[in-house]
Amino acid sequence: MNNSESEEETVQLTHGAGGRAMGELIENHVLKTFTNKTAGEIGLDQLDDGATIDLPAEGTLVLTTDSHVVNPLFFPGGDIGKLAVCGTVNDLAVMGADPVALTSSLVMEEGFPISKLNRVLTSMEESSTESGVPIVTGDTKVLEKGDMDGIAINTAGIGLAKEPINDAGMNPGDKIILTGKIGDHGMAIMQYREGLSFRTELKSDIAPLNELLKRARKSGNITAMKDPTRGGVAAALNEMAEKSDLGLTIQEELVPIKEAVSGIAELIGISPYEVANEGKAIITAAKESAREVVEGLKSHPLGRDARIIGEVNQEWTGKVIMETEIGGRRFLEAPLGDPVPRIC
Amino acid sequence: MKFKFKDRDRADKLVQLINRQVPDRRIKIVHVCGTHEVSITENGLRSLLPDRIDIREGPGCPVCVTPTSDLDAALQLAERGAIVAAFGDMMNVPGTAKSLSELKSEGADVRLVYSVSEAVKIAAGTDKQVVFLSVGFETTTPMTAAVLEDHPPENFSILPSNKLIPPAMESLLELPDNDIDGFIAPGHVSTIIGVQPYEKLADKYDIPIVVGGFEPLDILYSLGLILNQLSISDPKAENGYTRAVDHEGNSKSKKLIKDVFKETDTTWRGIGTIPNSGLTLNRDYEKWNARERFEVEPRQAEETSPNCLCPQVITARATPEECKLFKDKCTPESPHGPCMVGEEAMCNIWYRYGGRPKL
Repeated sequence: MNNSESEEETVQLTHGAGGRAMGELIENHVLKTFTNKTAGEIGLDQLDDGATIDLPAEGTLVLTTDSHVVNPLFFPGGDIGKLAVCGTVNDLAVMGADPVALTSSLVMEEGFPISKLNRVLTSMEESSTESGVPIVTGDTKVLEKGDMDGIAINTAGIGLAKEPINDAGMNPGDKIILTGKIGDHGMAIMQYREGLSFRTELKSDIAPLNELLKRARKSGNITAMKDPTRGGVAAALNEMAEKSDLGLTIQEELVPIKEAVSGIAELIGISPYEVANEGKAIITAAKESAREVVEGLKSHPLGRDARIIGEVNQEWTGKVIMETEIGGRRFLEAPLGDPVPRIC
Repeated sequence: MKFKFKDRDRADKLVQLINRQVPDRRIKIVHVCGTHEVSITENGLRSLLPDRIDIREGPGCPVCVTPTSDLDAALQLAERGAIVAAFGDMMNVPGTAKSLSELKSEGADVRLVYSVSEAVKIAAGTDKQVVFLSVGFETTTPMTAAVLEDHPPENFSILPSNKLIPPAMESLLELPDNDIDGFIAPGHVSTIIGVQPYEKLADKYDIPIVVGGFEPLDILYSLGLILNQLSISDPKAENGYTRAVDHEGNSKSKKLIKDVFKETDTTWRGIGTIPNSGLTLNRDYEKWNARERFEVEPRQAEETSPNCLCPQVITARATPEECKLFKDKCTPESPHGPCMVGEEAMCNIWYRYGGRPKL
């Protein structure tokens, strides 16, 4: 066998220099891979200075942006490309918006293999198609070898909300709903952490939530939403409690967790409540419509494990209380820092 | 398996049993294991018990009780060019001048390892001297002994800072202001040493000592056994963790320790010197002792920073909440004392799981 490693096609500095090499890279890889590229008259194919967007309805524009870095770039259940699209789609969705269009900025290290770039672009394409959200404009930059690690992707997104939903709009008496099992993404990545020599079948839960959350919005009176990404459910619930100045009480035995996740958690001593999720949302809903919201969520494949896990109260304002499986009570504190560096 | 141990009905029954037996006065129960403290706080056990039952962690965190002088010795060796391998928790414990991780950021070769055998692997792959900072109780020590019996590379050595639990429990009972009503003995350590060593202590000090497991039901059960002993005035050593702990302990591991180490007086951070409470290498294995090999200069070290209540917390005479530094000035990100650094230590655990609020 010859040494294919050294002959592998890689990203060069000229690919980011704005000349013909860059044009070819975009033409042959980005434009050929993406299929969903317009939200108005001028889209990605035109390679203009920007894209135009025809707004589909009346409402409030929601704008978000997120720079995605992850180690490893390819992990069980996804990769940085899927993360870049889903992360931004989900940020819009938990604001109560229907995503309309995304941007994609690729920043790559000189020498990054083109084959890996193609895998990442294909994942972006798949997630863009799955969520129905086009990527309408973008940018490409290449940094000198050693100035960064592989690839980073920034995506910005625009969405349209009839009534935007923030993460602190809940009222005392509201029910707290989780859309599914927690900790999958963080623990799937944790398996790759230095020193861990075992692997499970566990995969990241990464998925676009816009359709799921649309069903939830239509099913009942949602008062707040948040996606428990970095810092996990513990960080998200604490942020909701602090911002709303209300108390949140959850029942440990109602919180859905996969056995593989609690297994890894016990082994490595990191709580499933403190690691990232990339395909879950925390929702609060008015008491009388919480059940309908759960039914609405359950009607979508991504929400089949949805359930009520607790309620909003005024008992310990700004704090989250966990009633443990054996009936004890304690604070669920926000994690100190990210237990793994760069997981989303 | 997991859910069997977290049965609410059984927990209710045990709590009722405890409530029936608890005397009408404050009862102070001390355990000496970080895993016990995590299980107690994580499961909110204190909120299930009457307020007058006060459960505290004694010197149960190996990181916390490692004296500054041992840490300074490791720092000294790293500064002199050796590769120093240490467990993760040890990295951020402040020594006299700095911590191992601070020294690492200045360019010293300090490696985080998960086991002693990883340190041996590092030694096998280099010509440099590799020193393993050997901390831990009876549970960790047999591993180190096995590695040394197995003839590690010549450039490998250990800085022995291994400690024994029963003498530390005794030192607490010797404190004039101790008001301990019973001990939950550590399940992990007891799998090695058995129940026997506690029998002498229970006899000498008339105190209940119950070996406890780590699931919440195990801990409630151990508490029940202690309270029962108190109510019938029959203090003794008892095994509340029979599915893992044998009365005699693990004879193979005990032999390994005995073959390689010998007992010595040693300093416990926050407590002071306790006779025969530490282990150092015996004559046959002395050549692996980094202290002998490199002539580490013993330095007098300040054990804890002023105002830090670690010495009181480690001896179960104060809770983290009684410390003025706790949470405000002392956090896991910027710890004043070892009790906030070690993940097995009470201040760190209370910080992470919210302590003992009246919920």
